[in-house]
Amino acid sequence: MAIRYHSDDVLPGGRIRVVQFLLAAAFLVLVLALWQLQILHQRHWKQLARDNRVRTEPIPAPRGRILDRRGRVLVGNYASFSALLVRQEEPHWRADLPAIAAGLHLDLAQLQQQLRRQESIPTYQPILLKDNITPADVAFIDSHRDQFPELETMTISRRLYPSDGYAAQVLGYVGEATPADMAHYHVAAGTLVGKSGLEAYYNKWLMGKDGLRRVMVNSRGQVMGHLPGIPPTPGHDLRTTLDATLQNAAEEAMGDRPGAIVALNPQNGQVLAMVSTPAYNANDFTFGITEKEWRALLTNPHHPLLNKAIQAELAPGSMFKIIVAVAGLEEGIAQHQVVDCKGGATFYGHYYKCWVPTGHGVTNLTKALTQSCDVFFYTLGNKLGIQTIAHYAKALGLGRPTGIDLPQEAGGLIPTPAWKQRRFHQPWWKGQTIIVSIGQGPIETTPLQIAHTIGGIAIGGTFMRPHLAFNGEVPAADHPPNRTPKKFTFPLSAQVVSAVDAGLRGVVLPGGTAATAEIPGLDWGGKTGTAQTVSDTTFAHLGRNLRRRFMDNAWFIALYPLQNPTLAICVLYQHGSESYYAANIASQVVAAYAQERRQRQNTIAARLRRALGATPRHWALVAPPPPPARRSAPSQP
Amino acid sequence: MSRWRDLDWIVLGLALLISCIGILEIHGATVGTKFAGIYVKQIYFLVAGVVLLFIVSRIDYQLLLDAAPWLYLLSVGALGLVLVVGRAIFHSRRWIPLGPLHLQVSELVKLVIIVVVARYFAGTRNALPGFRDAIRIGLLVGVPMLLVLAEPDLGTALTYLPVAAMGLWLGGLRWRHFAILGLLGLMVLPLAWRHMHPYQKARLESFLRPQADPLGTGYQLLQSKIAVGSGGLWGTGAAHGSQTRGAFLPVPQTDFIFAAYAEQYGFLGGIALLFLYLLLLMRLIQDAQSAPDRGGGLLIMGIVAVLAFHVLVNVGMAVGVMPVTGIPLPLMSSGGSSLLFTFAALGVAMNVRMSRFVNS
Repeated sequence: MAIRYHSDDVLPGGRIRVVQFLLAAAFLVLVLALWQLQILHQRHWKQLARDNRVRTEPIPAPRGRILDRRGRVLVGNYASFSALLVRQEEPHWRADLPAIAAGLHLDLAQLQQQLRRQESIPTYQPILLKDNITPADVAFIDSHRDQFPELETMTISRRLYPSDGYAAQVLGYVGEATPADMAHYHVAAGTLVGKSGLEAYYNKWLMGKDGLRRVMVNSRGQVMGHLPGIPPTPGHDLRTTLDATLQNAAEEAMGDRPGAIVALNPQNGQVLAMVSTPAYNANDFTFGITEKEWRALLTNPHHPLLNKAIQAELAPGSMFKIIVAVAGLEEGIAQHQVVDCKGGATFYGHYYKCWVPTGHGVTNLTKALTQSCDVFFYTLGNKLGIQTIAHYAKALGLGRPTGIDLPQEAGGLIPTPAWKQRRFHQPWWKGQTIIVSIGQGPIETTPLQIAHTIGGIAIGGTFMRPHLAFNGEVPAADHPPNRTPKKFTFPLSAQVVSAVDAGLRGVVLPGGTAATAEIPGLDWGGKTGTAQTVSDTTFAHLGRNLRRRFMDNAWFIALYPLQNPTLAICVLYQHGSESYYAANIASQVVAAYAQERRQRQNTIAARLRRALGATPRHWALVAPPPPPARRSAPSQP
Repeated sequence: MSRWRDLDWIVLGLALLISCIGILEIHGATVGTKFAGIYVKQIYFLVAGVVLLFIVSRIDYQLLLDAAPWLYLLSVGALGLVLVVGRAIFHSRRWIPLGPLHLQVSELVKLVIIVVVARYFAGTRNALPGFRDAIRIGLLVGVPMLLVLAEPDLGTALTYLPVAAMGLWLGGLRWRHFAILGLLGLMVLPLAWRHMHPYQKARLESFLRPQADPLGTGYQLLQSKIAVGSGGLWGTGAAHGSQTRGAFLPVPQTDFIFAAYAEQYGFLGGIALLFLYLLLLMRLIQDAQSAPDRGGGLLIMGIVAVLAFHVLVNVGMAVGVMPVTGIPLPLMSSGGSSLLFTFAALGVAMNVRMSRFVNS
């Protein structure tokens, strides 16, 4: 383009137009950029603006409490205070550290080290100085608000468990959710979920739903205002079938002996007490247990973390004679069997000793149960054969989990030739049948199975699934799936049941194996069990210290009242050596149960007296209802 | 005074309209912060600016063109003085203490550069400008530029370049030469990169990759885009923008005032404001075309170049198409020097326009 030059020449019009065009184009670019940001992607940027200004913080939902059958609190919550350092409140907070450390009883060097580690945390974010501070610490912070504005307290709801390990393994404990828990329960990291026991099994029911607090913040994280949040939905209380009084009696009876107790009502399957010793203090877990303490729990030879009531799979010893007796009666053999016990007998070329070296003499079923004659059951078991014994044991509920509402219940083991072939690739050896007949050898049961099975036998062959939460208390949606039926039956005739009862009654009377456990005036019964943990020959070779560790397990199964019992108790006293020790423990629990029942009846009687204004003429009004007539089983011979 | 009629009332009206929007926005962006009340100062500056416009419009622009060499020497001297005694604020020496006012010398020098460039290309010539002229202009503009860069104030220093480019373009430098100069400029860029301050490099890097460090240097750019983007079509309404009120947007009353404005008034408000600026610039170009001589026209076009550069770079930065340079949005951003420069420059343009019917 040609440009003319004159003194008063105006600007070159073409080039001006280029400038105008470029200017318009540049503005168009800006408009397009605005269009892209504000119209096309406005949702994205609006979201970012919201993320910028709205901070959501979870409000933890209070966990439901765990109650006993009468509403007494077993596991509750309490408010715990934590000391926080809010550095943005005081620019010179570093200078205050020595005084703060002294006031909160913290190690200054450790504190400074911790703060150095957390240097990168933005200053508006509080730093946790001390968990679960004492009232004195709270008072220190409150009284120094002017001096140390950077100190703050925070309230956290924490789980409070009974101290001294009361029902520890049954109740369980909570801990921070693992990635697997987070996926399973749909919770955020840091949420407390049940890790074991009832806390784990009924976690969904107990947990509740966390709320949300939404606060408006500025670029420095300072709170500018509050937005409507979501209030937390508290978890539900769980009313259990446990009886705090009976649990207490069981804990006290057990003392510091290693073992387990299960007390349940065979009529409905409600578990009234469950003890496993030694236990642990679940409160230690709520503040994070040290590596060393955790290791100590794991390596403790008595396995305090196990709930032995449902997880100890051990040979039941002579308690198993009840099952063999039922099998013998049902098969029509035991009623008529009489043996002459001479302190042992020979089967298949081997001599099997009775536990009484001098022998029991002429023995029928009742005497065999009362005095736990081994030779009688060797003979009976030999006649029945392992298949029949196993059939009855399984039909009566052994060899598989009972389906109690606790996690990780063990199933035990009822041996059969097929099992041995599968497991050891060896044929069944007939001599093993003799051993299994008295509950020794490769047979394993848990205390809960024993209470469940023998309790069920005692009420005529109805086996209610043991449970800790009242039926219907927790909606099915909050249960983990449980495929075990609520009950199963194996109808036993009245004759069979009373034949067994007759034997069990004598056990806790003079002449029985647990005569020491007698409770005068109380109609109860039971069966002792002494189970070897190693064979006689091995035991003989052990040194003194090792012998203590491999002493026989003492067992006892108690039924009260003997006729149509409402209480079945299984006691396991590990390495208790003599079964009557276990029987003594059981008798204390039975006595406590009976006393409580009497007291309750007296209370009812007193109330009735007050209500009626007179002593009721007939005590029958307040006496326990007569036992329902034991139903006969016409199908049985 | 019949010449008052010839004052460009459209330009003045647009300038006042934009300034009033600016004052409202400064108020809206700073209310409740430590800068609250700063808009009152801006009103004083606006009044002073209008007075300055009237005063400058009475000064014959021919006198300015005649005094160009002296103004130039004075400017270079003043910039040198700033480097020596200028008060250090924000790690840069830009201001000369002048009683209660702090004069930002580099803003006034902008005007001088416009005059010098206009003067250079105003005279009668026998040939089209060539590389020699380009080099001369480069030296003339380069010396004050380097002095401003040394302050360091990259943003303001860069505003001198479009004036020189506009002069060369309208002076008639060939397309080809223009293209070669542009290429040379690109080749100098790596050299410039070496001499840039770390914060300047970081700004440039974060422009190219804003997600790389969203809490560091990319923060301002990201927050600005969030502010603009969340405005949507209608905006959040006056004093409601969470980006501005929550202090996520840095300095919403100065360099990022457009982002604050766009958050509150949305796309519609944004294009309306851009339209006002474009109208102002196009009207000034019209004035330049009707100027009585080349000198006057070149003066106005220099002003157009500076103002357009400011608007494009500042708004471009707010919407993320330009790197963060920290140059104000003319008439909107809080700050006296920028406002006074703009009105003084408009005053010069007025004088050129008023002279168009005068036979000299």
